[in-house]
Amino acid sequence: MKEVAKSIIKKDALGLLLGKPVYTDDLAPKNALIVKVLRSPHAFAKIKAIDISEAEKINGIECILTYKDIPRVPVTRAGQGYPEPSPHDWYILDEYVRYVGDEIAIVAGNNENVVNEALKKIKVDYEVLEPVLDFEKAEEHPSIIHPEKETHPMFEIGFNASKNIAASYEMEIGNVEEELQKCDVVIKERFYTQAQSHVAFEPHSATSYIDMHGRLIIISSTQVPFHVRRIIAEAFKIPIKNIRVIKPRLGGGFGGKQAIHGEPFVAAVTLKTGKPAKIVYTRQEVFEATYTRHPMRFDVTLGATKDGKLKVIDIQGLSDTGAYGEHALTTFMVAGSKTLPLYNKVDAVRFKGKVVYTNRVPGGAFRGYGAIQANFALESAMDILAKKLNMDPVILRKKNMINEGETSPIFKIMGEGREGVDMIVRSCKLKECIEEGMNLIDWKNKFPRIKISDTKVRGVGMAIAMQGSGIANIDMASAILKLNDDGSFNLLIGATDLGTGSDTILAQIAAEVLNTPTENIIVYSSDTDLTPFDTGAYASSTTYVSGHAVRLAAEKMKKMIIKEGAKKLGVDEKSVDFDGEFIYEINNAKKVTLKELATVLYYTENQKQLVADASFVGEESPPPYMAGFAEVEIDTETGKVKLINYVGVVDCGTTINPNLAKVQIEGGIVQGIGMALFEDVKYTYNGKLLTNNLMHYKIPSRMDIGNVQVKFVESYEPSGPFGAKSVGEIGIDTPPAAIANAIYNAIGVRITSLPITPEKVLKALKSSK
Amino acid sequence: MKINLIVNGEKKIFEIEPSDILLDVLRKNGYYSVRRGCDTGMCGICTVLLDGKPVPSCSVYAARVDGHEITTLEGIKEAKELATLLAEEGADQCGYCSPGLIVNTIYLKNKNIKSMEEAKVKLIGNLCRCTGYESQHRAIEKFLGVKK
Ligand code: FES
Ligand code: FES
Repeated sequence: MKEVAKSIIKKDALGLLLGKPVYTDDLAPKNALIVKVLRSPHAFAKIKAIDISEAEKINGIECILTYKDIPRVPVTRAGQGYPEPSPHDWYILDEYVRYVGDEIAIVAGNNENVVNEALKKIKVDYEVLEPVLDFEKAEEHPSIIHPEKETHPMFEIGFNASKNIAASYEMEIGNVEEELQKCDVVIKERFYTQAQSHVAFEPHSATSYIDMHGRLIIISSTQVPFHVRRIIAEAFKIPIKNIRVIKPRLGGGFGGKQAIHGEPFVAAVTLKTGKPAKIVYTRQEVFEATYTRHPMRFDVTLGATKDGKLKVIDIQGLSDTGAYGEHALTTFMVAGSKTLPLYNKVDAVRFKGKVVYTNRVPGGAFRGYGAIQANFALESAMDILAKKLNMDPVILRKKNMINEGETSPIFKIMGEGREGVDMIVRSCKLKECIEEGMNLIDWKNKFPRIKISDTKVRGVGMAIAMQGSGIANIDMASAILKLNDDGSFNLLIGATDLGTGSDTILAQIAAEVLNTPTENIIVYSSDTDLTPFDTGAYASSTTYVSGHAVRLAAEKMKKMIIKEGAKKLGVDEKSVDFDGEFIYEINNAKKVTLKELATVLYYTENQKQLVADASFVGEESPPPYMAGFAEVEIDTETGKVKLINYVGVVDCGTTINPNLAKVQIEGGIVQGIGMALFEDVKYTYNGKLLTNNLMHYKIPSRMDIGNVQVKFVESYEPSGPFGAKSVGEIGIDTPPAAIANAIYNAIGVRITSLPITPEKVLKALKSSK
Repeated sequence: MKINLIVNGEKKIFEIEPSDILLDVLRKNGYYSVRRGCDTGMCGICTVLLDGKPVPSCSVYAARVDGHEITTLEGIKEAKELATLLAEEGADQCGYCSPGLIVNTIYLKNKNIKSMEEAKVKLIGNLCRCTGYESQHRAIEKFLGVKK
């Protein structure tokens, strides 16, 4: 392999690093109207009246729109395959506001100052309603967050708005209760995971204008341009063909941009005024009015024999989707489907629970997507079980975990929002990952703890994890390759590079097939007019799903080149091959360079443009695997947890670009560390966000992460392009459980709710004495 | 009102409102490497040099820099050397945080930093959400010629 499995520099590296204008706000038309949104100060209220007369008088204000000016169409902001497994419960503007930050009015004006002034002058008369702020009390709550009749699911998802239930799910294999009776050891524990904010550094932005054909053009910082086009068309009742969505460079996404956010507001202004418009969310708005990770609660019961055979896994969950049900069912199902197959030798498994509405910032897609929440619960529970069995937690895992060539019934039963697909795990080097990780962290010498001083103890802990590679039978990608007259190629893809380097990775895949240097592939990605369809960059799908489409297109292109080359040489196609530079007769001297062939094809002989296209939809979703090891130092006087080392060993198949894969994992681990130790979305008693800036919402800085070390154990996934699986999400999954386990091993206290703050540790230490 | 300043070595006169923030004025005048990541001076992404010293341009009134010298990433020659090292490590993920980091690191280079530990402490205010920092550190180590 010449071009893949090689750390090629990202194609856009220097452009990005040297600050070229590439993001949405850099590209917005200079005369764009500034759009801002008036947002609700109440967690739950009905708008009785809005008076915009004073605001409208301000010089420079172009338009102010309220729910009376916008078609009332229920949509979901979630950028998922269609029909979406998320309820259609969101309106561009509505007479109800369902969380602090919910949209009330759209204001557009010539500059920021006048718009800010207008926002202050809009008078809203509310009927304030009692909010639902505690997700454990949502189901029986007297307040109903979605009383309107238009809100509906697209198909059966266990939706029951009258009980504040956005979705529910239940499955059981075997008989959990019966099997538990037979177990020697049973443990039961309750876990909580918190809301987490994405904090992609480019705030959500969008700009729009009408082109010379009268079509609506939207430039947006989005992971899902094709879904944006469809949802905007639906919400404004305009044909899809009249909309074009362009995705420029993105300043991070992590799932937070797998949705529509600012697009409807600029579109509304442009449609109304005919003028260009732009919105750039403030950091406060990003925190208050985009998404968080779904907070979840899990009751985990594990049953085992005394020699450490895991017999039963029972997980009952409750998830908080906030004011709208975006990704409600799917994140919850993934909590099961991306953890339960890890231990595939059990006699009975149950996974069930509900996703409830509350008057909080909506939950949405976030790297790890349910899997990280349940991984914390299950992998903490495994250590609790190991302790009870008096067994090394690594040995307990090795005894029970999934191996190459095996399967799990979960694969078939649980998909994302519907049934899954049956599959055999054809690549799994989890055992090797664990062994390598133990060496790197020096488990033998450090487990469970080393006393550093009277008040400082170090401990190690670990967890394993799996993810998927795209959503089987749903996520579709396509690619077009075009031969240019100098022998270079244009690669057109709908896949969205969020900064991960996927444009480069996909070019590498095409280059490998075509036997040409990656620099010969010129990539254009994500413009709904120009590039072919792609469901978008989420669910760890780009390398696997889009990469596969690229490989297929490149193979087609290679065939076309051989065919045209044979014609040019005047010989039979079967006796001709292509080595990237020459099309040559296999047993003879006749040859022509690709460059020459391309020039002739376009200017003189047999004139035709060579274009190859291909689509791919995965029939399975092969999991990448990871073993994560944490070494922590705890100050028993203050409860402070200092992360000393984190080792992540990953099997993601072939790493198409080892450097970029490594940085993906490192970045994921650090986000996971943030979730484990610091990041917490906090509210006031009446539902206003307290953590609405980076002073109060703390993400890891470069001094907080100790030493993060990443290694790959290579495997070959036969269903993936050149043996590749995905790498986007898996890195984030292990830190919460591995760190919680390390803390337990160090000081003997178990923290079951995230984040693990010094207060919690200290409290637990005090009560354990 | 008008302000006079030297941006990247060139004399400029900008028309501003008294309440304008330096970051917005720079962007409006085409210095797109200057980007906003937060509203509170916490992320370091908008860092520029004011009379040679790093400042968060989101937290400085434009009126205050009348008569002063501003350097943005566009005006720093060594930027390409560090950018290339970062690219070789794959440390350019979304790239949104890179300009602020590069401006600050180049300032450190001139300050004779002795160890990576010291550099990290000085760069603590430059946040990044994509890379997990390690790849940045590998590149910065080479650039500064320091040991871990
Ligand atoms: S934008 Fe200036 S510090 Fe964040
Ligand atoms: S590379 Fe995206 S924030 Fe640093």
